[in-house]
Amino acid sequence: MIKLTDQPIDYGALTASVCRAGCGGVVLFLGTVRDLTGDVVTEALEYEAYPTMAERKLAEIEGEVRERWPVGDMAVIHRLGRLGIGEVSVAVAVSCPHRAEAFEACRYTIDRLKQIVPIWKKENRPDGSSDWVHPDAATVERSDQTRGPLS
Amino acid sequence: MIVTVRLFARARDLVGADQIKLELPMSATAADLRTQLAIRVPALAGLLERSALAVDGEFAERDQLLSANTEIALLPPVSGG
Repeated sequence: MIKLTDQPIDYGALTASVCRAGCGGVVLFLGTVRDLTGDVVTEALEYEAYPTMAERKLAEIEGEVRERWPVGDMAVIHRLGRLGIGEVSVAVAVSCPHRAEAFEACRYTIDRLKQIVPIWKKENRPDGSSDWVHPDAATVERSDQTRGPLS
Repeated sequence: MIVTVRLFARARDLVGADQIKLELPMSATAADLRTQLAIRVPALAGLLERSALAVDGEFAERDQLLSANTEIALLPPVSGG
């Protein structure tokens, strides 16, 4: 299931919806609005999408995932509009027979979403200023690298 | 031919509208469209280099030929998730 919504995401229901009898591993990823990026304080994020293409790219990603891992089911919901600190912007739920596959498939889904899905966020700061976030390729690569604990 | 380009995020802010119409020759490519956009809206030039073009919901190659009745969109670097 793939969805864009302007409503708060019911990630409990989303997780339950992908459970399958043959799947012993169910992984849920939540992207949430963070209060700080470096030194910059965030008051709110606004998300917008190119909806038809975003849904198409999410469906493509699901196809890629299902090709590579034995997925019982998976679901992705991305929220649009204005979100405050701590709110959930995206939820990805995946079930697989075993946990290693479920973790990998879920990780791949969110990483690919952040690469190719036409959705953009705008940082709103306490002083009233705001900026669209358009990372360069180098920034995306650095933040995607898996870090060890405490690094 | 006249093409309409949908604009998003900072591209929309820079142009001041959520779409822009351009006059292009019949055998124009995606690269030609970028050139025209940069001429029409010089402030867009820097972002344009880092942005993708989509035709009917698919990323377009630079040498892809454009036609009139397609949906074209300018997609700045994405930041979803």
